[in-house]
Amino acid sequence: MKRALSIVRNAAAVLLAFAALAGCARLQPWVKPYERERLADPVMKLQRDGLSDKHFEHVREVREGSRGATGVQGGGCGCN
Amino acid sequence: MAAIDGVRRFGTLIARLLGLAGGLAAVGSAKAVDLPENRADLMFHGYDGGGVRATGPALLVRKSMLDRVSLSASYYADMVSNASIDVVTQASPYKETRNEYAVGADYAVRDALISLSASTSREPDYQADAVNLDVSQETFGGMTTVALGFTRARDKVGRKDIGFFDRASHWRYRVGVTQILTPRWLASINAEAVSDDGFLGSPYRAARVFGALVPERNPRTRSGRAVKLRTIGEIADRQSVRAEYRYYWDTWDIRSHTAEAGYARHFGEQWLADAYLRYYSQRRALFYSDNATAETLYVSRNRQLGTFSSVGLGAKLAYTWKRVPGQYEVRLQGALERSRFDFTDFTDIRTGSPYAYDANVVQVFVSATF
Amino acid sequence: MNVKLQTLLRCAAGAWLAAALGLAAGDADATLAAASKAPDFTLPVIGGANLRLQEQRGRVVMVNFWATWCGPCRVEMPHLNRLYDKYRGSGFVLLGVNIDEEPRKAADLAAKLGLRFPVLLDADKKVSRLYDLTAMPSTVLIDRDGRVRYIHRGYRDGFEDTYEKQIRELLKE
Repeated sequence: MKRALSIVRNAAAVLLAFAALAGCARLQPWVKPYERERLADPVMKLQRDGLSDKHFEHVREVREGSRGATGVQGGGCGCN
Repeated sequence: MAAIDGVRRFGTLIARLLGLAGGLAAVGSAKAVDLPENRADLMFHGYDGGGVRATGPALLVRKSMLDRVSLSASYYADMVSNASIDVVTQASPYKETRNEYAVGADYAVRDALISLSASTSREPDYQADAVNLDVSQETFGGMTTVALGFTRARDKVGRKDIGFFDRASHWRYRVGVTQILTPRWLASINAEAVSDDGFLGSPYRAARVFGALVPERNPRTRSGRAVKLRTIGEIADRQSVRAEYRYYWDTWDIRSHTAEAGYARHFGEQWLADAYLRYYSQRRALFYSDNATAETLYVSRNRQLGTFSSVGLGAKLAYTWKRVPGQYEVRLQGALERSRFDFTDFTDIRTGSPYAYDANVVQVFVSATF
Repeated sequence: MNVKLQTLLRCAAGAWLAAALGLAAGDADATLAAASKAPDFTLPVIGGANLRLQEQRGRVVMVNFWATWCGPCRVEMPHLNRLYDKYRGSGFVLLGVNIDEEPRKAADLAAKLGLRFPVLLDADKKVSRLYDLTAMPSTVLIDRDGRVRYIHRGYRDGFEDTYEKQIRELLKE
């Protein structure tokens, strides 16, 4: 199992590097700036209200043992 | 030691990436990134769960100057009334207030947004100061946004009867990539390394060894990593779904999974509603024990480090009270989240069975963007 | 496992950044270069008749691509209004090409902002593709002979001064 996982990981790393370098020159941005209307809608925002998200993240960081990668800017206070 | 080494190497990588990002900023086209919009938020928040009640106001103001810099300031207060299971079974309920102040500046340079902020949090027995630096760079025709961040925090740890007696330091390194997949879907991946050094427990908390209460003993270092994958997409006109998953692991042997799924939609021109489901599960820290049956170097009965899971359901509703497109918008919003925490290896010594509690989070706020 | 995942994360981050670097370099406008002939188009104007770019030959034309969902576009509008009023008598015409999927939204916002220049509707993005827009808003300045002279991508505070300078320069020719 461990060996299979490590093979998958190495393969993924190689694939990523290959994809990045191989199609480099030919790849053009496929979503043009004038096609971004739907993405500008508030429902498509990952973080809409910073203050509200900050409070939720603070509550979670105090109650749970995990930290980080929340996408909310500004670290929590880590208070007891 | 190896853990700190790992964090240092990660830090060097981030530094190199930051250099690359800076280079990108120099090479980039004349297109410019937008500063965050001006806004003012006033919020009243409340938390009630497991015997702890924390309420208070929060305020955020952000204004851009000369179309170059966006300055922000925020204030957050927590009036805590603590009658949690630890407090009730080992001491007596207490009340205290925590105040947090933060200031920040966001600077737009061509395709990059550089954010610098500082915050300080004060309570009678804990003081935390932090500085954050975040750089966000748009590349690939604005389809990919690469973000790097660094936080450095220093805390002063105290106890009400003896004052401040120790310190704690924290380092956080963040990297994130947000990618537009189609005109209706985007995905992001975020990774963060968190490292702590110093007094990392609570001077009030006790652990249980052979049934007797002893002061807890925590390691003086902790190093954790988190990776989060997110995707959000528009499934129908003005409706979106999102899904996220985060995996966290650290040197205290804690492993956790966080999964969240949400749905948002507009109702008419003025209402915007969100609903989400959040699941969290955690495996205990190596030295955590509800009732230790051996004398170990580190021992803790901090239920935050135990094995538990929580399921939460949340909803948010926003009402646009006044909108003048291109000028300002005022919204009234409310958010509610209810979650249930179920512990596997923490017993409620009042009843003898595994501890569980419900928690409610409430927010009511007014936002104005201008 | 720790170290291997770290290595994977590093590879991924590095590869992605390398791709981004390589692609940022190739980010230039492919089809629309200064001193080339401005591609001709015909679009409906809000309030009825069609307007053709070729018919504007002999005048200095500024084509501004905008959308209701684009913040900087809205900030730019009062400046464009002012420039249109100031120079329309001297042989200058400003065409605001809106790319919203719903033309009704464009008409509403144009009325709210009090736009005095003609607003053209490009809902199916044909002209946007023709001009290969790489930013929103995009402003193209075309001289009296129908040649593209200046291209502005995005809008920042102070661009309107550059617009004015370039309009005066092209009007003098």
